Formats: sequence, structure tokens, C-alpha cells
Amino acid sequence: MLNLAKLSRIELSDEEAESLSHEFDAILNYVGEVKEVNVKSREVSNKDFALKNILREDTEPHETGLYTEKLLSQAPAREGGYIKVKKIL
Amino acid sequence: MTPEEIRIKDKDIHAFLEVFSAEGGSASGGEGPLSGKTIAIKDNILFEGHKASAGSKILEGFVAPYDSTVVKKLKDAGALIVGRTNMDEFAMGSSTESSAYGVTKNPHDLERVAGGTSGGSAAAVAAGMVPFAIGSDTGGSIRQPAAFCGVVGLKPTYGRVSRNGLIAYVSSFDQIGPIAKTVSEVETIYNIIKGQDPLDSTTITDDTYLIAKKFNKTIGVPREFVESEGVSDEVKENFEKAVEKFKSLGYSIKEIDLPSLKYALAVYYIIMPAEASSNLARFDGVKYGMHMDGENSIDDYFRTRGAGFGREVRRRIILGTYVLSSGYYDEYYGKAVQARNLITTELRNLFTEVDLMLTPTTPSPAWKIGDKSNSPLEMYLEDIYTVPANITGCPSISVPSGQVGNLPLGILLTADLGREDNLFVAGKEFLGA
Repeated sequence: MLNLAKLSRIELSDEEAESLSHEFDAILNYVGEVKEVNVKSREVSNKDFALKNILREDTEPHETGLYTEKLLSQAPAREGGYIKVKKIL
Repeated sequence: MTPEEIRIKDKDIHAFLEVFSAEGGSASGGEGPLSGKTIAIKDNILFEGHKASAGSKILEGFVAPYDSTVVKKLKDAGALIVGRTNMDEFAMGSSTESSAYGVTKNPHDLERVAGGTSGGSAAAVAAGMVPFAIGSDTGGSIRQPAAFCGVVGLKPTYGRVSRNGLIAYVSSFDQIGPIAKTVSEVETIYNIIKGQDPLDSTTITDDTYLIAKKFNKTIGVPREFVESEGVSDEVKENFEKAVEKFKSLGYSIKEIDLPSLKYALAVYYIIMPAEASSNLARFDGVKYGMHMDGENSIDDYFRTRGAGFGREVRRRIILGTYVLSSGYYDEYYGKAVQARNLITTELRNLFTEVDLMLTPTTPSPAWKIGDKSNSPLEMYLEDIYTVPANITGCPSISVPSGQVGNLPLGILLTADLGREDNLFVAGKEFLGA
């Protein structure tokens, strides 16, 4: 559980990890029902899935800087036109 | 109601996280079908210059930098957006009890939940604070609170309403829709907010789904599914009355068997956390919202996400991380996707024979606040009837079907992809409005 929390980048107390692991047992036991599903490809027809990817040309960008100030003003820490974070390397 | 009247009325109910002051509102004043009408929006829908927190502490202080497409369309139609409504944190829950800002109470009984996750939107309409509200529905979040509060709620076909400016949760399920007191009003708002949008490439056109079948007043009832374990007797009784009413309105009722429906909830509770764990990776304390300082860069993430996300959100992100991890991926996520396709195929086949599927909206009426807080699984089982529409993308509407004591119940009509028109016809005939 603590390893999963680590992969999720979430700080978790030992106590919560313990109770989560009990809850997960119950939830996984329930959702584990899907393991018995055995779908043969002929049972699923493509005609039922009409959606396809919609792409556009990578052209006509908006005016440079139009949203910069609006977006940067939301950052917890900034320096000029940059978002400020701690040293990474 | 004026903003001041809403504030007074809302003291008992807590449907709103914020009622905008008259000057700070949308100040639309434009001419259109909604001129002079007020509307409330769920707290996960962006309205430029106003806070949008998705019911979470991690977005505390966040101010929307642009208008969502839905908000733009409402403003263009002349509507006055009066406030943002309470919701379960990031739309994870069934009662608004997971909101970081307190629970919304059911206007019919203040000791009970209003449902969720769009509980604030449904309660605001039910209490007469606004004639319309906008919600979002990932697994029943418009329809279930509408049923608990005795109002009408619609989840349109996947892709019908643009999600540009909706805080993403489960991208393959999420859909925005209206809540109002009558089916006609829901239809009016639906017609205003729908439509293809270049800013949401998942939106559909009127031609995406061919309308081949003529409406024939035929309703399918999946009997075994309706009588699933844990469904309360009051709900079953109320449902039978609804079936009889449809018969008296000249509908023919067909008993149907959809064997794959029993997997719907399990499929939902695998795909939902999987997509949520990915979508919520963006909340990192760097770009916007709350920031908690740690020892180094990565520690900042751990602290911010540990403190900023509430318990239910932490649970679902970690569960999603588990079902997507190598070693378990095929067993859970892979199987869930297969089962999802099977359910879609079965349901679409059904709609070649019947126009609509009918079930209750919820297995029980609204519960007492706190009653289900300690058992996540028990709360999850409340979504049993509503999730099939999200898994398959089909449109679905909850319509009030009477009360048990003072508590409202709803019935749920689901139609084939693209066939909201059938929901409106049957819904109006059933409700008489």
C-alpha cells in the first residue's frame, strides 16, 4: 500500500495505509467479478462504436502571450515569466 | 430568487459554495431564450474570473482563467449565472459528503443527503433557489441527486455537450447536463448547451449516430437487474407503479434479459479509478492551486497531494494506480475494457427492439448524513442503475416517480446513443410536464 501511495505521489500515514488495505480487499473482491468475463471478439461489433479520433492541422496559433499572465498568476511561486520550483538535479 | 434571497434560503441547505454578488455575476443581460433567467453551475465548471475548486482543498484559491464552452453558451442565451454549487470532491462520491466544504442537505429532509456528486445543483433547483442548474455525470452524478431531490436530471449522449472547461475526472465517462423541475425545461437547457466544439475533440455532431428507428412506445425492463440484491422494497414497489403508469399511457413493456449488466458496476469501479489516477496527476502544487512545501521538489508533490486531496480522492487515485500497475493490468483494467465493450454491444442490440430501457434511478431513497461514510463499497453499490449509461455513452434521464414518506424517488430511462429525443417524449408523458 505504501508503495502504491509512493507511485501515486501521495503522502499517506501508516494508519490510513492500514485501513485502505482493508477497504481495497473488499473493493477488489467485488470488482474481481470481471475476471470471469470471457469476451469472444465476434460478440463485440464495430458498428456499436462510432467514435473516431478528430484531428486538426497544427496551424493558426493564438497570439503569443495572450494567456501567459492569466495562467502564470495562478502559480504558487513564479519568477518573471516562469513558474518557480525547487532544484531538480 | 435574488442573490440575497438565495443566501438566506441556502443557510439550511448549503447547496452553494458561493453565490455571486449581482455585480460579480455573469451580468449577461443579453437577449436570448434564457433572458432574465438564473442558473447555477457545478463547482467543476469554469466561469472566467470566478473560483472553481471541484469541491477540493487542492484547488483552494484557483480562479478560472477562461469560460467553459457551457458557460459561454449559457451567457449567449442570456442566462444569469448566480453561483457555483457544492459537489463531492472531484466528483467522487454519491452524497456530497466528500466535499472539502461541507455536505449539502436534502431540501425534503435536512438530516439526509441530497445525493451526489451534483448534490448542490439538484438541491438548489429542488429548493426553488434557481429554476435550472448544470451538473456533470460520470457514474450517475446528475441523475442520482435529481432522484433524491425530486427533480429531473439528464445525462446526454457521450460527446453531446462540450467538456471544454470541465475539470476532468474520467474522460471516457464524463458528460455535462442540466437539472430542472420539468422535462421540458431540461430539454430547453440541453438544446442550448449541446453541440460540436472545436475545443473538445470528443464532441459529436447530429449525424454521428444514425437515427434509423422510429419511436414506437416500447420500453424494456431488465427484470433481473432491477431486482438486484440490496434494492429496497419501497423502490421496487414504486418502480412497479411506474411500469403500470407507462402501460396506461399506451407503452408496451417488454421483459428483457441483459446478462452483462451485472458486471456494469465492477467495470465502472475499475475504469473510473484508473482514469482518475491519470487525470488527477496534474494537481502537483506547481502550476495552480494549493502548495505545501517539502524538503525537495518531489517531496513538494507528496505533501501537496497528501494534504490537498481528501480521503476518497486519495483512495481512488491509489486504487487506480493499482489496477493499472503491471502485473494487475490485464486482470483488472484489460478485463474491464472487454466487459465494457460487451455491455455496449448488448445494450445497443436491445435498442433495435425497444426504444428505452427502464430501471429505478437508485436502489434506495436518500440516506441519513453519515450513514454510509464508513463503508466505501456500500456507497459504491448505490450507483448500480446509473453507471451503464456512462459505460456505454448512452443518454439517460431521471424523472421523479413519487415519494416514500417525504423522500422522493426517481425512475431512470435510458435510450440508444444519440436518442435524447426518445427520453424527452417518454419523460414528458410520464411526468405530464
